[in-house]
Amino acid sequence: MGRDRCSGQPWLASDAHPNGHECAKGAATLHHGFPNAAHQLSTPHSDPEEETKMGLFGAEERPGRHAHGATHHEAHLDAVEAAWLGLSVGTHGHRHLRGIGKCGPRRWPKSRLYVSHGKRRGGRSRPDESLPDRREALPGAWGPGLQPLRKVGSASGTMLLRAAWRRAAVAVTAAPGPKPAAPTRGLRLRVGDHAPQSAVTADTTAAPEAGPVLRPLYMDVQATTPLDPRVLDAMLPYLINYYGNPHSRTHAYGWESEAAMERARQQVASLIGADPREIIFTSGATESNNIAIKGVARFYRSRKKHLITTQTEHKCVLDSCRSLEAEGFQVTYLPVQKSGIIDLKELEAAIQPDTSLVSVMTVNNEIGVKQPIAEIGQICSSRKVYFHTDAAQAVGKIPLNVNDMKIDLMSISGHKIYGPKGVGAIYIRRRPRVRVEALQSGGGQERGMRSGTVPTPLVVGLGAACEVAQQEMEYDHKRISKLAERLIQNIMKSLPDVVMNGDPEHHYPGCINLSFAYVEGESLLMALKDVALSSGSACTSASLEPSYVLRAIGTDEDLAHSSIRFGIGRFTTEEEVDYTVEKCIQHVKRLREMSPLWEMVQDGIDLKSIKWTQH
Amino acid sequence: MAASSRAQVLDLYRAMLRESKRFSSYNYRTYAVRRIRDAFRENKNVKDPVEIQTLVNKAKRDLEVIRRQMNSRSVAQAEVHWHNLSSLQPLPPQFKQFSYLSLLISWDYRRTPSHLANFCIFSRDGVSLY
Repeated sequence: MGRDRCSGQPWLASDAHPNGHECAKGAATLHHGFPNAAHQLSTPHSDPEEETKMGLFGAEERPGRHAHGATHHEAHLDAVEAAWLGLSVGTHGHRHLRGIGKCGPRRWPKSRLYVSHGKRRGGRSRPDESLPDRREALPGAWGPGLQPLRKVGSASGTMLLRAAWRRAAVAVTAAPGPKPAAPTRGLRLRVGDHAPQSAVTADTTAAPEAGPVLRPLYMDVQATTPLDPRVLDAMLPYLINYYGNPHSRTHAYGWESEAAMERARQQVASLIGADPREIIFTSGATESNNIAIKGVARFYRSRKKHLITTQTEHKCVLDSCRSLEAEGFQVTYLPVQKSGIIDLKELEAAIQPDTSLVSVMTVNNEIGVKQPIAEIGQICSSRKVYFHTDAAQAVGKIPLNVNDMKIDLMSISGHKIYGPKGVGAIYIRRRPRVRVEALQSGGGQERGMRSGTVPTPLVVGLGAACEVAQQEMEYDHKRISKLAERLIQNIMKSLPDVVMNGDPEHHYPGCINLSFAYVEGESLLMALKDVALSSGSACTSASLEPSYVLRAIGTDEDLAHSSIRFGIGRFTTEEEVDYTVEKCIQHVKRLREMSPLWEMVQDGIDLKSIKWTQH
Repeated sequence: MAASSRAQVLDLYRAMLRESKRFSSYNYRTYAVRRIRDAFRENKNVKDPVEIQTLVNKAKRDLEVIRRQMNSRSVAQAEVHWHNLSSLQPLPPQFKQFSYLSLLISWDYRRTPSHLANFCIFSRDGVSLY
């Protein structure tokens, strides 16, 4: 889904709290380290008994929520300090805490702002407001010998953090004679060239960096994957020398590009057991999903008006269905069981005589559940309904065969299988022929189904990625399963009240979605700042609603807000998993210490029995 | 071609590990080292000479892939390095020779570079051969 940590931090919520913490009634905004339940369970009762009961909490709670906040704030500021963010308390809306001695505005010493190259340039003690400009000016403004690890900025700094990471990665400096940077804080970020297992230090002649460029560990492979070096190797000639348009028929440039494109088509087809003529290259799985759903529905619109999909599909599928509803189609959104898997009986019951398409994704990108594709294919072919599956997360990771599983349409994404971004493919069955109305009109390329010049380097990359995936599937699967097992076992044995979302058995091991009770997901993500992770809540939504997938599987609101998705891929190492586990345990424990709900649970109070009041 | 001897296979193994350790990215480096070790270990007991030769050829191709990566990454880093230095700073000597020319040569591994020189217009050291 490509969600990333947004800048909508709780303390910048528009209903931010003046002194006394009047929480907006019914606001779904989340607060610091406290689980969402604290707010959502507020009821408007003004029963005097309850008020006196709440008085115990109420009188203390309000300032207490922030006297807690003082301790919390210390911890928060420690985290912030470790992150080298030069934030003063004022910037992120804790003005009301200034009166409480401890949390006065702080100014960070300048030296903390940079990875120590021994040199400090530029005064950067003040949080910088005009961030977009600063970002542009960054390479020149910083000058040589300097490698800003984090950008100083306002607390809406998560996106800036990412920008700063990117900048830091790009800003490879080679100032002569700088001191090699050792991470001074003992915070083990990306190991870079100081990897303990690498006996040979980085080749300094080839890469004259002054020190390692520290980047977070990447544990978000469901969002995207790094390019496999073998894929890059395959692509580069077509980016440098062999740049012809594959549809040019009159010269060698065109012929060689076309040959490469057809070779890539064969590679993609052989991964899924298809014929090369059934593969159409697109710009990604989103476009493939659009072609599949809208194309099939519109082609058969005269006779068939009904489609079936599930509630846990990717946004592009759900959105395509919604736009078809506006065109007059009916769509059934099948619910899923608590395990995340659909009920086959419900599917059978939902198929009507005028159903044209059933769309069920193979592996869910949020919770990693594998749907019973073979059984669904069987049902659909027996009822003469086309079966489309969004296999973006599954292709190259689990064995798929379009003939064995009776799949009629399949979407493939390049950047989920260690290929380049911006390319994908759709498999459209020829026997029996599935007719699709083209969405994109033009010169009739790709059998008229997707006009437009085929991007040779990208499709060559996709083909190479598919070939590598086919060779490495077994090895990767075994390894990823082992790492996933390790991660889950280590977390579960050290922390109570951790729930894994999704069926544990029909599950792709590389996608692990865990809910940590009494801990708020966003603050955990903020705390795990040196690991790139994703959470279950929809960051794009301003109301910080939990993900619809988690809602569909029936997770409680509070657990849905505390979910984190761990992604393990081909390049993930055991050390990365161990580090993530260790940090996760540490921060969950810390956040739980700050949580009043956790205290109540420890005292044996049943949270469901509490009547929260509004004040 | 004579079947590869044990010594040749070991040389190849060592060469591959040596090259893999030069990856600057932690993930690529650890993956390459781990994968090479596991692949050679897995095929340790293969006896059929034809199969051994196939595997050796594949390993040689992969070694070339890694070598090309090292070249191109050096150039990429040199490029970044170039952009980030102020113009007053002298370029370290080892990069004076680096140019897209070398990148082009190293990537043109499928064809003889007969017509290559005609298209080298992207040299960083200012030479434009066209």
